[in-house]
Amino acid sequence: MTITHLDGGFTDPARDGARAFRAALQAMARPGRIETLAGIAAPAPASVAAAGLILTLCDTTTPLYLAPSHDSDALRGWITFHTGAPFVAPERAMFALGSWAALAPVDRFSIGTAEYPDRSATLIVEMGALSQTGATLTGPGIKDSAQLSLPELAAFQQNRRRFPLGFDCYFTCGDRLAGLSRSTRVEG
Amino acid sequence: MYVAVKGGERAIDNAHAWLAEDRRGDLGVAELSIAQIREQLALAVGRVMAEGSLYDPDLAALAIKQARGDLIEAVFLIRAYRTTLPRFGASHPVDTAAMACDRRISATFKDLPGGQILGPTFDYTHRLLDFTLAAEGLAPPAPPMAPPAEGDLPHVTGFLAREDLIQSNPDGPDTPRDLTREPLDFPADRPLRLQALARGDEGFVLSMAYSTQRGYGKNHPFVGELRIGSVPVEMDIPELGFAIELGEMVLTECETVNQFTGSKTEPPQFTRGYGLVFGQSERKAISMALVDRALRWEELGEDNEGAPAQDVEFVLYHADNVQATGFLEHIKLPHYVDFQSELELIRRLRAEAMQATRQEAAE
Amino acid sequence: MTEYNFAYLDEQTKRMIRRAILKGVAVPGYQVPFASREMPMPYGWGTGGVQVSAACLTPEDTLKVIDQGADDTTNAVSIRKFFEKTAQIAVTEKTAEATIIQTRHRIPETLLTEDQILVYQVPMPEPLRFLEPSEVETRKMHALQDYGLMHVKLYEDIARHGEIATAYSYPVMVEDRYVMSPSPIPKFDNPKLESAALQLFGAGREQRIYAVPPHTRVVSLDFEDHPFDPSKAPHPCALCGAEDTYLDEVITDDAGTRMFVCSDTDYCGARCEAAA
Repeated sequence: MTITHLDGGFTDPARDGARAFRAALQAMARPGRIETLAGIAAPAPASVAAAGLILTLCDTTTPLYLAPSHDSDALRGWITFHTGAPFVAPERAMFALGSWAALAPVDRFSIGTAEYPDRSATLIVEMGALSQTGATLTGPGIKDSAQLSLPELAAFQQNRRRFPLGFDCYFTCGDRLAGLSRSTRVEG
Repeated sequence: MYVAVKGGERAIDNAHAWLAEDRRGDLGVAELSIAQIREQLALAVGRVMAEGSLYDPDLAALAIKQARGDLIEAVFLIRAYRTTLPRFGASHPVDTAAMACDRRISATFKDLPGGQILGPTFDYTHRLLDFTLAAEGLAPPAPPMAPPAEGDLPHVTGFLAREDLIQSNPDGPDTPRDLTREPLDFPADRPLRLQALARGDEGFVLSMAYSTQRGYGKNHPFVGELRIGSVPVEMDIPELGFAIELGEMVLTECETVNQFTGSKTEPPQFTRGYGLVFGQSERKAISMALVDRALRWEELGEDNEGAPAQDVEFVLYHADNVQATGFLEHIKLPHYVDFQSELELIRRLRAEAMQATRQEAAE
Repeated sequence: MTEYNFAYLDEQTKRMIRRAILKGVAVPGYQVPFASREMPMPYGWGTGGVQVSAACLTPEDTLKVIDQGADDTTNAVSIRKFFEKTAQIAVTEKTAEATIIQTRHRIPETLLTEDQILVYQVPMPEPLRFLEPSEVETRKMHALQDYGLMHVKLYEDIARHGEIATAYSYPVMVEDRYVMSPSPIPKFDNPKLESAALQLFGAGREQRIYAVPPHTRVVSLDFEDHPFDPSKAPHPCALCGAEDTYLDEVITDDAGTRMFVCSDTDYCGARCEAAA
């Protein structure tokens, strides 16, 4: 079935949005934990989880960058219809969506300022696979250590060194998502 | 045996019932209608609309009735309602030069095109209680009505501008920031400051303005012009492709002309302060203009005298009466946990201090 | 009048608050500015906590609201009723049954779990405010991690009183980066700031949201020779006998007779029930 831009939003925006936000919150508050989202369908190649994050967090006030992997008319139309988020270049983006390769180089994204570290980008990284294996994570939100299949290490280690500045990431795959905040220490 | 107090829920319900009864007062006295408040307490309605940032005389009148005449409480009711309203768009800026003026005076010129229009003012009333008002039902004699002023009444400051004697108003951002949609942060530009002052407590803004007159950030104001009247409000309707008039609103506008002998960055010229509020409130509009001018010290290269009215953080953080009254009154909420921790601290410090004193006395 | 949205706030407002919460979580202890809305309750009465709770609540949540540790204090009752009405969620007085707990001035005695979110009502989020009134200046201090003023104040306390004369709102260092106000909880509660639960802080009037993610390092400021001491009244609870809880001092007669009872009414009640 082809998804037109009118389809695939939340059936009950207030309640579905609340559930989706809880998943996003738990994921960001507990790096390495995998949450699931349901009931959303965006045009390919956007995953259910990525589409859910965009519906939950984006609107006309949040400039969004679509990396080449996700920059299609169908997805643009869907995002515009459901959120009204303006599409912008990576440097101006509050949110960015794409595969890790397509988002590179990630040092283009805003990392906030010393006085306002919150004015930084959140990257939604679409993954071919997502599992609690691979890189070892420590830091806020993690009891001892956690593991997550990150697309690389160096970029996240560099991001941590700038703390409290930095971007924050969601990794999405199908209906599943995990979070990685700039505060997380990442080792191989 | 001690049992902790229960029944908070019932206490609240009972308090609300009592409040409703007190609001109505003696049932033998006729109930106030919204229309009566709107028509006969129009200045209170104007203040609630101005500080509530919502132009709706009927809702403001309802809020005043519900708040038993407590205007800050009424402002609060209006604000809490306003924040739930969807936004359909933004109007064009209103054109106050096209105002149908009920009142228009200038203190800087004896006469001017369009003339001085005194209008419905308390200014020259003798403040003697009018006991005939206590006898209800008497209609006041109709005033002789002058024909309304034809065409636009030019702004007084325009005459000074033609001679380059007054600083021009620099263009602001196309879309000003909105305090009700984004957090206040600094530096706060002039449109943002003006929004905060327009919503600000009339008493606070008045006192700040008064303090500049008494020397705390003195800025030598003249009322270049004060005008009160109604202006049309227009909005573009994208589906129609043109602007339509949504209605009219009553505004009070004050432009002050302030002496300015020049600074490192600016030549000697007159400068401006500006006030604009919903409804008829000259006190608020003039106060706002004075405080606006005081807050402009930095852009005009004036000295910071450390006066309260020059301190933008001080003024903007403390002008809002809904914020102020909420925080002030919250101290009547239970604080016994904090108090208990203080109690233990003070007892301990006191015991130590007393012991030290005793030891000194013994030595 | 039309019906209000689920959990009162409109969706755009919730998204704005949710984005602020996520940034707060990403930068533990940093105060994120947010466009706090006018709520139908006064500033200073929990508008920040209410907005954070409203942005977090799902239909499946069970909410507990406490003020001074008690579920039946008037403001707690009022906020709990607000959410029962606007979000039709389940409510409880039992700490262990709650998924979201909104609190003013206390952390529950019962250890919180991974599955819980604790939402604090915060009157003054800026821990440096009483040392420096200007927001522009305190923001700079946080940016530069310049907390000299705070250390001087604490040191002066020790020089004058022999101890740090702060009994509540006792400042903490979060993840070795930001000095944070834990809200006006008694310092007795400070050790519980290191928790398995997610902790969110909302200051409505001051327009700030901040967060302490689970298992985040939270250290009460002190000096090596004057270590932090989470003191409490030297009594057991007169009702349940607990010796390790925060106590309210209650005056019971005109002669000023007092007794000490748990401030956490749910904790105390459960212990009394178990003993009966």
